[in-house]
Parts: sequence; C-alpha cells; structure tokens
Amino acid sequence: MALYSEKVMDHFMNPRNVGSIENADGIGEVGNAKCGDIMKIYLKIDNDTVSDVKFETFGCGSAIASSSMATELIKGKPLSQALELTNKAVAEALDGLPAHKIHCSVLAEEAIKAAVQDYYKRNNIPYDSSDFPDCESCGACEAVH
Amino acid sequence: MNVYADNAATTRTSRTAINAMLPYFDEIYGNPSSLHSVGQRAAEALLGAREKIAEILNCTPREITFTSGGSEADNQAIISAARLGAERGKKHIISTEFEHHAVLHTLKKLEKQDFYVELLPVGENGTVTAEQVEAAITDKTCLVTIMFANNEIGSIQPIAEIGRICREKGVIFHTDAVQAAGHLHIDVQEQNIDMLSLSSHKFHGPKGAGVLYTRKGIPLTNIIEGGAQERGKRAGTENIPAIVGMTAALEEAAEHLDENAEYVAKLRERLIEGLSEIPHSILNGSRDNRLPGNVNFCFEGIEGESLLLLLDSKGISASSGSACTSGSLDPSHVLLAIGRPHEIAHGSLRLSLCEENTPEQVEYILQEVPRIVEYLRSMSPLWLDKVSGKRKFILE
Repeated sequence: MALYSEKVMDHFMNPRNVGSIENADGIGEVGNAKCGDIMKIYLKIDNDTVSDVKFETFGCGSAIASSSMATELIKGKPLSQALELTNKAVAEALDGLPAHKIHCSVLAEEAIKAAVQDYYKRNNIPYDSSDFPDCESCGACEAVH
Repeated sequence: MNVYADNAATTRTSRTAINAMLPYFDEIYGNPSSLHSVGQRAAEALLGAREKIAEILNCTPREITFTSGGSEADNQAIISAARLGAERGKKHIISTEFEHHAVLHTLKKLEKQDFYVELLPVGENGTVTAEQVEAAITDKTCLVTIMFANNEIGSIQPIAEIGRICREKGVIFHTDAVQAAGHLHIDVQEQNIDMLSLSSHKFHGPKGAGVLYTRKGIPLTNIIEGGAQERGKRAGTENIPAIVGMTAALEEAAEHLDENAEYVAKLRERLIEGLSEIPHSILNGSRDNRLPGNVNFCFEGIEGESLLLLLDSKGISASSGSACTSGSLDPSHVLLAIGRPHEIAHGSLRLSLCEENTPEQVEYILQEVPRIVEYLRSMSPLWLDKVSGKRKFILE
C-alpha cells in the first residue's frame, strides 16, 4: 500500500519486541480507547541501561510500526539516550509517516518517557518533571482534526 | 487467494459495460450538441441511454438528468428543493443522522443559509420509520432526504412509506439510492419518490457518471453553469462513453437483480454466521433488512486500519469506519449514529460482496479474519486489560 513507506509496513507486518516483561522495572501507557490508540511500554533497566523493552499497542498500522521502531531505537541504550528519543527520530527511522499519522510517533515517544518516569518513581530517583509532559496537555490528538 | 470485498466502495467495471463503451471513444466520438452526423450519432446514444434508464426506474426520459455521479446528484437535488422551499418561505429540511457526506455536507451548507435541518435518529438497527418522518414534518418543511440503503451498515429504509407520507403532506422527497440502484428494486412511481440519485460505479458501470431523477414539475437549480446540456440544467459536454457504460451496466443489473440478490445474500448469511462466532463482536445494522452484499462488524479491542492492512496482506480488500481510515480523529458517523461507542466503532470492518464473489472466497475470509483479530488482540493493551478484568468488556 502506498499509504506507508516500506519501513513502516515492515515494522507493522513484523513488529519487533511485541509483548510484555514480567517484573518490568518501568511501565508506561499513553493514549486512550476513545481516540483509537493506546501504547504500553515495558522496560527492564540494568545499570542505567535499557536491557530489554517490549510493547503492546492498540491502534492503526503506523501506531504499531512506531511502537516497534521506538523499542528498537532504545534497546540496549543508556536511559539518558532513551529519554532523548523524539517523535521525529521515530518518524525519520520509519522513512516518514503521513501527516495525519505523526501523532502515532508522538505517542511512541510519550510511552517511553512515561515508562522511564515510572521507573524513576518506583526507585525514588529524583527527576525533572518538565522532561515528562503528560498526555492530556500534548494536544497532538486534537491536532489531527 | 485474492478477494475483493469492497463493492460498496466501488465495483469492477463489467465486460458488458466496457464493450458498450468502447465504440464511443474512437468511433462515435462526436459531441451530442453538434449538428453534423458524427455528433448526432452521439446524441442518439444519449437519448437511447436516457430512455433505457427511465424505463428501469419507471419514469419518463425527460425526468432523467445525467450527472458526474452520486455526489453531484445529491448536491443538485437538495439545493434545488431548498431553493424552491426558500421561495415559499419554507426552510425546514428533514434527513437522518447517517446519510452520506454528499448529503450531510450539503445540508451543513444550507444551515449557514438559515435553513433548519433536522436529522432523525436511526436507532440501533439503522432504520428510520415513516412515523418519525410524519411527526417531524411541519408546514415549513420543504424537503425530506433519506437514503434508500446505508452505505456502511446496509440497512434499508422504508422508502415507499416515507414517500407516501411526503406525497400526502406535499413535501418533496429525495432519496440517495447510490447503494440501492442495481441491487434493490426501484420504482419511483410505486415508491412515491420525487428525486433520486444513483451512481454508475456501484453496479459495475464506469466511474464518473450518475443520474438524478427529478419528477416532472420540480425545477432544478444548476450547480454547473454553461451550455444548454441536460435541458439547461447541467452544463458540460456529456460523458457519452460513461453514460452508455452506466446504462449497459444498469440494464444488466436490473435483468439479473433477483438472482444476484438471492445468491449474494446467501454469501452474506454465511459470512455473518461465521463472523458472529468471534467473541466480543457485534453485527452493525439490521439483521434481516439489509443490502444483499453488506456485512459490517465491530470487534472489541482492536483498531480497524491495522485489521485492513493485515487483510490486504492476505489478498482481502475490505474497509473500516475507524478514525484512522476516515482521516479524522472520529470514527464513522454512521456507527456513532447507531449507538456504538467510539472505542467499539474504531474496530469496525465492512465486507461488501457482489455476484462475482464465491463461497470459497467467503470461507477464506472466515479463515483469515478470526486469526487476524486474535493476533491484533494479543498485542492490544486494551484487549489484555479486558481479559484480565482491569477494564470491562463492552460487547458480549
């Protein structure tokens, strides 16, 4: 289908890191059922490094592909790098997304941030809350209209 | 296996239609408005097409206006009736919540011109009643426009009864019959229809042609200004090849209407029966009172676009009313109108069959859809939350 790049289709048809992690160190879930997409990210953290990451996604083709790509981009990386992952980087790694699908890559970025935030909270690690915009204030969903 | 199951979106142009069209590209290519014999041969073809379509709809050739398709016919019908109403100080229009956007968006435009548009609710079955229409009509009503059958969920409306009420009350009745033409019996006299829109490519005709039937005595308002084609009501050189192809296709569809409907409805029944076995799913639209080829389901916990993409990878062409396929954040207005919550409407699948589909194809669909639904559910946090009891199931 010409709607999506080959990369998107590859990550949609053969998603990487699907599933959950038992005893995950951090879990992040963003999106909502009403809008039609929910992403959930599970992190395993060892020595400040993302030693494992899995995702579950309810959503369209690009939402699943964005989740898959985002997990690939942070797997094995230091937490600091995972936190720096932007939606733009996800979209670029997928060779681009259609304009009305950009919010899928935003969700991927936010899901990872939410999972890292969860990890910090569980371990009482101090963090700057401005690094973690909450889903409601993002406005990306409304921008799709 | 390749299965085209999106016949409500468009159909394959039939060999009959193509063969009928071919001479009108390079042999009989004249402009029907030209005086010379090359043009007059085209004019004869146009007249022949008009007569044939009038015969099928049971009206006179003068009551047929050729358009570019269903949308144009809907626009022109509504705008014409609205103008007539405005001239008499009547600016109330009755329609339904789940019309095609060609109707709804035209009505939206009229609202800005101080028309009062009343959209009747269609209930879970996706049907309005003649009683609802009767109760809504006031002495200010100038138009009732209600689709013959819904394009997404296939529910058929009580057109003849609605038409009778409108006739009694002296209100113009228009019906968007784009999904019905070539598939259901249409008789504008028996069914008390004043205006009717149809579209060629929904019954194996070519794209780019449609018809607006307008009962004698209802003057049309031009949407396209220019030459005197179509008795001055629709300018532009007639698309003769498409009109001829549409006519051949409609003739063929009308000839085989009963046998096709019976055959396709059998496929539909098998499909509905099979898909109903998927847990936490629901059929959209009336169980019995639906287009022969329409099947529409919602599957809880998944999203329609990913379902379509995976079906496409298996060779199955279908459609969905999810937000991601509608290009906005909201899922199908039709599914919302029959009371499906957003979350459920996102997981919709429409399979629309025609007489070219086979029982083997239906079995193939029934093999693939449950597998794909299960696969998508297995990675859906929404579904998994429902299974674990964290969230409640909406569908049984």
